[in-house]
Amino acid sequence: MRRSTPSLLPTRTRGPRLAAAALAALAVVAAGGCGARVDSAGSAGAASSSAENADCVDTSGDTVKIGFLNSLSGTMAISEQTVHDSLQLAAKEINADGGVLGKQLEIVTEDGQSEPTVFAEKATKLITDDCVAAVFGGWTSASRKAMLPVFESQDALLFYPVQYEGLESSPNIFYTGATTNQQIVPALDYLAEQGTTSLFLVGSDYVFPRTANKIINAYARAHGIEIVGEEYAPLGHTDFSTIVNKVKASGADAVFNTLNGDSNVAFFKEYSNAGLGADEMPVLSVSIAEEEVGGIGVQNVEGQLTAWNYYQTVDTPENAAFVEAFQAEYGDDRVTSDPMEAAYVSLHLWQQMVEKADSFAVDDVVAAADGVSYDAPEGTVVVDGDNHHISKTSLVGEIGDDGLIHPVWTSEEPIEPDPYLEGYDWAEDLG
Amino acid sequence: MDTLLPQLFAGLSLGSVLLLAALGLALTFGQMGVINMAHGEFMMAGAYTAFVVQGLLGDPGASLLVALPLGFVVGGVLGLVLEATLVHRMYHRPLDTLLVTWGVALLLQQVARDVFGAPNIDVAAPGWLSGAVTVAGVALPKTRLFILALAVVCVAALAFALRATPLGRRIRAVVQNRDLAEASGISSRGTDRMTFFIGSGLAGVAGVALTLLGSIGPTLGTHYIVDAFLVVVAGGIGQIKGTVVAATALGLMQAFFEYSTTASVAKVLVFVVVIAFLQVRPQGLVTVRTRSLA
Repeated sequence: MRRSTPSLLPTRTRGPRLAAAALAALAVVAAGGCGARVDSAGSAGAASSSAENADCVDTSGDTVKIGFLNSLSGTMAISEQTVHDSLQLAAKEINADGGVLGKQLEIVTEDGQSEPTVFAEKATKLITDDCVAAVFGGWTSASRKAMLPVFESQDALLFYPVQYEGLESSPNIFYTGATTNQQIVPALDYLAEQGTTSLFLVGSDYVFPRTANKIINAYARAHGIEIVGEEYAPLGHTDFSTIVNKVKASGADAVFNTLNGDSNVAFFKEYSNAGLGADEMPVLSVSIAEEEVGGIGVQNVEGQLTAWNYYQTVDTPENAAFVEAFQAEYGDDRVTSDPMEAAYVSLHLWQQMVEKADSFAVDDVVAAADGVSYDAPEGTVVVDGDNHHISKTSLVGEIGDDGLIHPVWTSEEPIEPDPYLEGYDWAEDLG
Repeated sequence: MDTLLPQLFAGLSLGSVLLLAALGLALTFGQMGVINMAHGEFMMAGAYTAFVVQGLLGDPGASLLVALPLGFVVGGVLGLVLEATLVHRMYHRPLDTLLVTWGVALLLQQVARDVFGAPNIDVAAPGWLSGAVTVAGVALPKTRLFILALAVVCVAALAFALRATPLGRRIRAVVQNRDLAEASGISSRGTDRMTFFIGSGLAGVAGVALTLLGSIGPTLGTHYIVDAFLVVVAGGIGQIKGTVVAATALGLMQAFFEYSTTASVAKVLVFVVVIAFLQVRPQGLVTVRTRSLA
């Protein structure tokens, strides 16, 4: 009881002490709440010596081990669980179909816990202890950057399924999500085609939006588009009234949105409450997929635009089969999104590479990778053996009242991956 | 376009959101001295209450009106359980309370994740709250006007309860001098419980209101708890008045700093101002002078 300890927290002086304790608590929350999301450079400390190679992969039996490394807990679990589900589906299909080179896939699942350092540790464990033939997973750029030295030093294989900011190409990683010239650049082409002459940029305050906006600025300078504003909100920012006021006052033709996660909900609710909509000032987003639309509320984003390479509504026989299989496995209320499809594709592409190489050895698989193609739900994709990305068709979509995204524009042809934007004159200075 | 008026409203509106989030804390933290890190999760529970009510009733307008009192009860009952099981054992150990309630907060987040799923959910705003009212050329979103009004109502109701009801008298008596209050025949145990119930209930109400503005997910509380503590600390311990002034001031500061700089810089500036302010006035804006012997 308090009265037995009279010296503690007397009324008159407890203000400052409680204040100090509360500020300490704030620090704890700030670190726990946001730290995991920030894409700071990951630790490479977990990469152990390169002495031992990944040659311990056991291919003598009827099975071969592969690793799935997704965040099944922590702040990124929301997104990465969906990718994990679709990887599981692909493995199940491949196994039902006779496996890879006649061997059944044996899945080793590890949880990256939304922490880049854990990703690096678990990747090491998968490679050296479990001796997996390849690892599939990762989401944030921080997790990929943390795993990269592990895979390079161990000479192992990682398949990374999420669109990202480009400017990377590791011999040990295959990137099955879009790089910037397959998502952001075509989206800008679309806006320019629509007669957009001024853009307002809104993004979360971390590496991807800032890199993306650098590219957008360079593009805009070369194409006569005026950037009338550029605003960043801290991750987890909840009040967008000021930013929306700025957007509204700018009178821009359109908004390019690189906000991440929860912020999109607050932003779009504010946007529609302020009387703005797709007709007045369309917003083109690069981080909102089918999964997120439900959480934002369809009525708040109806008619707004997104840029991806795959939508659930894509009209191919492969996609119809994919969506049907996915919903049969996980329930009719589930939707499929671009990163899920890219993950699904990554496992199938690895199968094709292994079968072309007739070997599970990393060097053989990498050597066989160039030109490997797969009839993916998004359309046929082809692996580029030089930069390890895949060709992808770019699709601008419009969010419909059914909560799905419907393509309104396509690049017609698959776009060759160009992670360093070497083929674009205006991007020269970005280096 | 004149920016003063829209920003003034944005600031007041943000202040009202902060006030709603902080009002319950002003009771449990300010009056009772309990650092309740699960306060944000009581808000989250309120938000999910709104979601469940809307699922059952369908009509967004009716369900909002039902969810507000129900959110109060849900938040309050959670607070009551927390108080009765854990917090009352450690009234004299504030830092332990901090850790324990933070653990409870993590537990509640995981429960929400398991029950409602990890992705964010959406609560539709009623039709009569969609769009904006234009006053003097400034568009004021109706949801924000509603939250402003709700904050005023909550403060008025709380002030009335503290000043004019027997319960309020007991709460004030216990806050000002626990020993004397007990000697006068007030059950401080029962009073503590009721204070915690009301404080946590207000968090539930705040949660319901927040469904109109932001994302509703298991981590909703973590977005607001820091700012809520900031408001209570800056406002001063033990007086609702200080909380109201601090919330309004912080909201206006954030809005105007943000307009002239960026959101990230504004946040830093607000923290700097609060820290500088606490150097000058460590007890916060408003304090209670008591005859406590300590």
